[in-house]
Amino acid sequence: MKALSIRGLTKTYGNGVQALRGIDLDVQEGDFFALLGPNGAGKTTIIGIIVSLVTKSGGNVEVFGYDIDRALAHAKSCIGLVPQEINFNQFEKVFTIIVNQAGFYGIPRRLALERAERYLRQLQLWDKRDQIARSLSGGMKRRLMIARALVHEPRLLILDEPTAGVDIEIRRSMWAFLRGINEQGTTIILTTHYLEEAESLCRNIAIIDGGRIIENDSMAGVIRKLSHETFVLNLRCAIAGPPPLPGYVSRMTDDHTLEVEVSKEQSLNDIFARLTQGGFEVASMRNKVNRLEELFMRLVENRGAASGQRG
Amino acid sequence: MEATAPSLAHIHRIGLKTIMRREFGRILRIWGQTLLPPAVTATLYFIIFGSLIGRRIGPMGGYDYMQYIAPGLIMMAVITNSYGNVVSSFFGAKFGKHIEELLVAPLPNWLIVIGYITGGVIRGLLVGTVVTCVALFFTHIPVENPLLVAGSVLLTSVVFALGGFFNAIFAKNFDQISWFPTFILTPMIYLGGVFYSVSLLPEWAQRLSYANPILYMVNAFRHGFLGTSDVNVGLAFAIMTAFAIAMFTLVVTLMNRGTGIRE
Repeated sequence: MKALSIRGLTKTYGNGVQALRGIDLDVQEGDFFALLGPNGAGKTTIIGIIVSLVTKSGGNVEVFGYDIDRALAHAKSCIGLVPQEINFNQFEKVFTIIVNQAGFYGIPRRLALERAERYLRQLQLWDKRDQIARSLSGGMKRRLMIARALVHEPRLLILDEPTAGVDIEIRRSMWAFLRGINEQGTTIILTTHYLEEAESLCRNIAIIDGGRIIENDSMAGVIRKLSHETFVLNLRCAIAGPPPLPGYVSRMTDDHTLEVEVSKEQSLNDIFARLTQGGFEVASMRNKVNRLEELFMRLVENRGAASGQRG
Repeated sequence: MEATAPSLAHIHRIGLKTIMRREFGRILRIWGQTLLPPAVTATLYFIIFGSLIGRRIGPMGGYDYMQYIAPGLIMMAVITNSYGNVVSSFFGAKFGKHIEELLVAPLPNWLIVIGYITGGVIRGLLVGTVVTCVALFFTHIPVENPLLVAGSVLLTSVVFALGGFFNAIFAKNFDQISWFPTFILTPMIYLGGVFYSVSLLPEWAQRLSYANPILYMVNAFRHGFLGTSDVNVGLAFAIMTAFAIAMFTLVVTLMNRGTGIRE
């Protein structure tokens, strides 16, 4: 079953800005789906329309078969939202925020109290339950919004940059938590600026730019489309100039570090063979940037160049 | 084929209870802003207008001046607090963005409006009770018709809670939630027969006063206590009911359109 089905979605704001220009998108039940795009691409507008915070100009949206034009309340019941901006009452206690949210979704109070405790414990906020939300750190506020979004146990969880401004340790613990939620059957849609996060967590991906979907595939399929990757090789010994690697674009960034661009047709084995032959020992190797980031930048740049030519 | 539908009636019932509980909790949490100031203000009114100046004014409508103004002062507190509660709570929710908690939930707009209005009515009635207690400390207030008292205070509270909601929908900053109460509502209350009978006014001022809906509310309420009124009580109830229905319809329509809350 489709958790989300979007057809021909358009949105033009009152100031004339066309935020969405005909979006078609499907997310299958149980998926962990990444919705990526540069700032202003239309990601938050899509999410806003799905949860009815933004009024669409045209098109159809269905959540687990519920059309938001005909069965909005049923569609909303299926969704949990973690928005980009903090949007809880900062003067209320942490526990109260969660219990109230459960009530807004029709969860009886006794069950709401149980679930509030469960999710606050899972997100390491239980000892903060009696604190005024304003006093929480940025990372805790993000986790509070996740707990709030889960308290009615939605079938579809939408996270709009949930880890923005969160330190790496908490980010990784949030990843583990979200993986667990997804494994239990909750469909997750994630927007993020951390492409490493999307690559690590998500199975399918859509890239949106200028209000249009420019890529929509499995994560593996998208990564396979990457024509070049740049690798950073740390050499054991310092060298004066770049080693001879004919056919490859390479450069030294310092006397120990070599950057090599490798296309799909070329192989790392070949590079290592040549370096070994030349007496260069490689101590370690990494991607210069995240692979998804590399692809993302190329897609967006290509699109920018194409629209520049059109213009 | 659609998934099993949760019972919307069940969601609505619990959702409404939750909004009401939250609003009631807010009133109690900030009691220093909600319940205490009206008690202080009412005490000052009764000391200055009732006790000090009132003694020199003599009877009005067949009652002591203090007794005459007591229902008006209670009603004044009910009006300002019903209005103030909803305008500050709903605008605060818009300003802090936590209105989104309700907008993304499976609750219809009419139910959200009822939840906030109930909060305003609860505060209006609580404050009305506080001011009544203060009044009883200064004077005896007879109750001629308890149903009339209850009906008029409830309807007035609903009308002004809806007025506060309407103001909050359009308000874009804190200035805009204080503008209407300061420049429109307060003069209307003061000129609405709280402190005097309109029969004391010259003909033109009387005619002008009859265009003020608050005059009907104050007088219907006063009639419930003292059995005396400057207006026809039936007409007063018809006006209050019409205002309540029209305001509710207007506010829900604005919410459904997304005015002030959706992009």
